[in-house]
Amino acid sequence: MPKAEFVLYLGGVLKNDPLFYNNTMPNLNETTPKNELYLHTIIPPMYNKTWTDRNTNWKIVCCNTALYGLNFILGGEGSLVASFLKEWKKEFKKRWQLYVIILLPVLYVIIFNYIPMGGAILAFKDYNIREGIFGSPWAGFKYFNQFFHSPYFWVLIKNTLSLSFFFLIAGFPMPILLAIALNEVSNVRFKKTVQLVTYAPYFISTVVMVALVMQFLSPRTGIVNIAISALGGQEQNFMGKASFFSTIYVLSGIWQVTGYNAIIYIASLSSIDPSLYEAATVDGASRLQKIIHVDIPGILPTIIILLILEAGKLMSVGFEKVFLMQNDLNLINSEIISTYVYKIGLLNAQFSFSTAVGLFNSVVNFILILSVNKMAKRWGDISLW
Amino acid sequence: MVENVLVKKINQSAGDRVFMLFIYLFLWSALIMVLYPLIYVVSSSLSSSHAVTSGQVWLWPVEPNISAYIRIFQNKQVLTGYKNSIIYACIGTTINVCITLMAAYPLSRKDFKCSGLLMKFFTFTMLFSGGLIPIYLVVKNLGMIDTMWALVIPNAMQVYYMIIAKTFFNMSIPEELYEASDLDGCSEFGILWHIALPLSKPIIAVISLMYAIGHWNSYFNALIYLKTQTLFPLQIILRNILIQNNVDLSMIADMKTAMELEGMRDLLKYALIVTASLPILAIYPFAQKYFIKGMMIGAVKG
Repeated sequence: MPKAEFVLYLGGVLKNDPLFYNNTMPNLNETTPKNELYLHTIIPPMYNKTWTDRNTNWKIVCCNTALYGLNFILGGEGSLVASFLKEWKKEFKKRWQLYVIILLPVLYVIIFNYIPMGGAILAFKDYNIREGIFGSPWAGFKYFNQFFHSPYFWVLIKNTLSLSFFFLIAGFPMPILLAIALNEVSNVRFKKTVQLVTYAPYFISTVVMVALVMQFLSPRTGIVNIAISALGGQEQNFMGKASFFSTIYVLSGIWQVTGYNAIIYIASLSSIDPSLYEAATVDGASRLQKIIHVDIPGILPTIIILLILEAGKLMSVGFEKVFLMQNDLNLINSEIISTYVYKIGLLNAQFSFSTAVGLFNSVVNFILILSVNKMAKRWGDISLW
Repeated sequence: MVENVLVKKINQSAGDRVFMLFIYLFLWSALIMVLYPLIYVVSSSLSSSHAVTSGQVWLWPVEPNISAYIRIFQNKQVLTGYKNSIIYACIGTTINVCITLMAAYPLSRKDFKCSGLLMKFFTFTMLFSGGLIPIYLVVKNLGMIDTMWALVIPNAMQVYYMIIAKTFFNMSIPEELYEASDLDGCSEFGILWHIALPLSKPIIAVISLMYAIGHWNSYFNALIYLKTQTLFPLQIILRNILIQNNVDLSMIADMKTAMELEGMRDLLKYALIVTASLPILAIYPFAQKYFIKGMMIGAVKG
């Protein structure tokens, strides 16, 4: 009988897989003719049937895919599970101490990060303290609807976005300017002093920062108003006017973080190849031209990645500073999502509604940062993680 | 060639000189804009209350005295706040640093199988959070409300600092060292204790400082978790006095006129601002370069 010419494998098991060779087909070994066709089937009457096709002269062996598959996964030595277990047993035996070390941080993150994430189902429930999160009846999207249709919704979104946009537009270029200016200075001591001083406000606490602002802007005794009236101007109650709120927030923020944010640009500038400057000098470039044609292109990737990072944070304006700067007079412009969540949740004890607002904010933040990272990957081949 | 360059340099120097003038102008104004408010606060706190309210203080203290500081340090509230803040910062930082290193060290080991998965597990918490209320409920169910533990146990690890520590371990401890100590029969605990930790003293210092300053400056957790006055950290006391204007009456009881009262209020505020920021500003000049180093490590893989 002439031998079959083709070998064809169907089903989930591949012949060139060593597991298949050694375990799932115990009677199949290197000496088995390679030209047999194994037809894996799930039709019961065809199991374990072997015949030779007259036309093609192929030998056909029908095997049970389901059984072989099961054996492949769960079977004895060499199957998927067994080798997986063996590998992990080896890993644990060798490295169990590392697992013991990391156990505490993992437990910690589960308790204080992942359990609250699960606890966010509170947003879909009518929470009452007696029945707890799980016992309380479902509310569906009631609280989300309530939020979307509340008069606060657009006010909160507008305030949150306008604060972060304003801060981004006004605050983002400052550290770049500072870093470029510092890079031009050759006097090391002056450079170090400027850096030391401008970096310092970053470490002032939010409470002290807001207190400083309030002291300086206070209606009669604040230095700003004293200066204004000395110059013959009209004294202003800055903290009492809603229209001043975002300006005060942004300017004081710039004052506090510019030096800190400049550090990364300074480092980025110092890593530019000095031969580029030499070449530019030989070409007769002025200092300004060197900044435009060497410095800026050199730090552009850093600028882009930080810009993207900031864009991902547009909807997450921090609670601390805004809350401290709030008063009844500026609330119309200063109520943002995080302060609202705090007030309705912890002060008014509307747990479900507050969780719904917070969850909405978390989800928007998450989507923002994911999409921003995707854009960065596509445009600049840069990724945050 | 050299002459050529020299000639060009001289030709351009006029324009460049003007440009440098602008650069120095910019930097000096930045310097003054940051420094002036700080000097003003210190000077005001050292002046007399009359000089502060009537706007006589511009740069240096007028009628210098330290009466405001004496009043502050006689005030029980402020002293308790100060003491509490020191305790919270010490205990909190210790817990923070331990947990951070316990996560960073195994993750830095290249032969640790789970490191990729666990890294994702940790970094995901930077991207998504359950929100204020669910976290509050967890802390409440653990019975931590209105105890100091609510301030030091939640937020015990900043994933960002953990990544900094991990990157440092990766960069500074060569793989061969692990292999050698493994061959010598050193356990993993032993490697961590005798090799990894001694080699990473600088990064431990950096993250300890960052955590400590974070604890010293934070008020939000105290705001939501604490109710008992005697547990309040300094920042909450500061908020009550500086922002809500609740100056403890015992501090200003001897003021006779309304004008005097208000002057003393302002003076006390300036002095409080200085007292509260002093610990940080005192270590800042020495710690600054470490912070920058820490930030650079973070930026490599942040």
